[in-house]
Amino acid sequence: MVNLLEINNLCIDYDSPRGKVKAVHNVSFTIKKGEIFGLVGESGCGKSTTAFGISRLLRPPAQISAGSITLNGQELTHLSEAEFDKLRWSHISIVLQSAMNNLNPVIKIQEQLIDAILAHKAMSAEEAINHAKYLLRLVDINEERLANFPHELSGGMRQRVVIAMALALQPDLIIMDEPTTALDVVVQNGIIHKILELQKDFGFSILFITHDLPLMLEICDRIGVMYAGELVEVTKREDLMEQARHPYTQGLLESFPPLKGEKRRLKGISGHPPDLVTPPDGCSFHPRCPYAMLQCKQKEPEKLHDNKGIIACHLYQEGGHRFEQLQTTSEGTK
Amino acid sequence: MSNYKLQVKELNKIFSSGVMFKKDQFQAVKNISFNLRKGEILAIVGESGSGKSTTARMITNLIKPTSGEILYDGTNINNRKFKRLLPEKIQMVFQDPFAALNPNHTIGYAIGRPLELKKKAKGTVRERVLELLTQVGLTPAEDFIDKYPYQISGGQKQRAVIARVLGLEPEVIVADEPTSMLDVSIGIDIMNLMLDLREEKKLSYLLITHNLGSARYMADRIMVVFAGEVVEIGNAEEVINAPKHPYTKLLLHSSPDPWRTEVEEIEIVEFADTTLPKQGCKFQYRCPFVTESCKTVSIPLYGTSNDRQVRCNLYREELVHEQA
Repeated sequence: MVNLLEINNLCIDYDSPRGKVKAVHNVSFTIKKGEIFGLVGESGCGKSTTAFGISRLLRPPAQISAGSITLNGQELTHLSEAEFDKLRWSHISIVLQSAMNNLNPVIKIQEQLIDAILAHKAMSAEEAINHAKYLLRLVDINEERLANFPHELSGGMRQRVVIAMALALQPDLIIMDEPTTALDVVVQNGIIHKILELQKDFGFSILFITHDLPLMLEICDRIGVMYAGELVEVTKREDLMEQARHPYTQGLLESFPPLKGEKRRLKGISGHPPDLVTPPDGCSFHPRCPYAMLQCKQKEPEKLHDNKGIIACHLYQEGGHRFEQLQTTSEGTK
Repeated sequence: MSNYKLQVKELNKIFSSGVMFKKDQFQAVKNISFNLRKGEILAIVGESGSGKSTTARMITNLIKPTSGEILYDGTNINNRKFKRLLPEKIQMVFQDPFAALNPNHTIGYAIGRPLELKKKAKGTVRERVLELLTQVGLTPAEDFIDKYPYQISGGQKQRAVIARVLGLEPEVIVADEPTSMLDVSIGIDIMNLMLDLREEKKLSYLLITHNLGSARYMADRIMVVFAGEVVEIGNAEEVINAPKHPYTKLLLHSSPDPWRTEVEEIEIVEFADTTLPKQGCKFQYRCPFVTESCKTVSIPLYGTSNDRQVRCNLYREELVHEQA
């Protein structure tokens, strides 16, 4: 598969009176065409900031301080605002967290949909209305709903409308930042299945962001785990379900009470995430890590690439306890 | 005296809106009855608007029930004689720890104030506050007592809220989604803390949640509510492993579980109208097993009380038989 999105050493900083907050630090990953890639992590780990960086929604004091983002081979960080606007909706669109509240409450669904379509594509008003009807049908909403105001729709329906809008110009990449977090599980399940169905039909790629690891494991092909602004592990879904490698990922999995299996006490992760103005030396996870060793406190772990993905942990570096678990092939090495 | 810490009998809550002749009524809670044993954790599970928080608020006397009784140790919580004492015995932990602490006061003040008002501290208030902070794992307590809420994290705030509640030495704690605003790794810490405190102090919890995983992790029994009615109640493991009511099945089916092995045979009717039927089973529009009789006659809870009860005609034979 071809890489649709390539992110290399992306750094995003927030200027604050106390110094630079390194919200995203040296993050690199790729998303292939037609792939669902997940970014998971706790609040403040930089997953939404990464999404905003890609879709150019960062506002000062946040700024991209280094790194490159390429979409279809085109470098995005150098584009002017006007050039980037041409990519919005048609190549890259975003569904935000609690997006159902992002619809304008005093404008009818129809006008909001048509406005988005016409702003980015030349077509007649009639064509636009037909397209809007088609979009609503895609997400299983009766086209009569076009005449409704947002408050006349349930939360789940509004979220569907927003997803329909994101699909309007058939983008290559849709970023979904916690698209179902505010919804009930039954509604969430319905929307997730709709997203998967549409993804199959249209073949777009999804960058799916959530803190809900079990949900992510149900839908994503590959998963990136972020901690304190860094990408600490990237793996295929099946590998993660079998065995998480990074101690943070293991802790995260230990934090979700399962629905089956023996009932046992879950440990979670002790402590709390670090202050990103003054992150700890060495590996940023070491103060909370049950396996922390001397070098974890002194040296930042290298991001090792093997044929399972990426792992940034001293346990897997040469001489570490789990070094032999690293499955390096010549092409996987970097 | 009964074995029950809390008995809830036929609780109803009708909210009215509108003025004069155009009154709208909404029944948020309909005939909810259950018991809470000493030292037991009962989870109330359901979707938004199912009446779980309304039930919690009635039990903590924050809103008045339209009808029904709530007995604490056999005494009605609205009994005048007990009204001054009871608020201390039934305490509530809210969903949002960020909103539950006044930003203008220190953590020590927030925890100490109820102790002063209720004259609960045996030594000095400060000593007791330090003790409480230690109990909830905010150690070293000296470091936390003079901090303001903005100086501590969300998980630490929720711990402080629990410390404040513990100061009044309650016997029943009603926890309304205590971890849903917190990060997952922090949430599990709070759940573990609550489980430890139950062992230590023989507390009973009423846990309101929408997450079946945490309901199973915490609770001894699970009560599933839909549209203000109890649709299923039973031992937590039994309800999760062998759900009976179609709504419980739907909830389980919808909960993310990547390790799911068997694909449940339940057809999801998820996008039906959200209006509720006027008569018959409340779940009929979304139920794949609906029959004619479900549409006309309202369905009682079948089964023996406090064991396994299901409000579904599919189990009439099975559960009524058990009852006899």
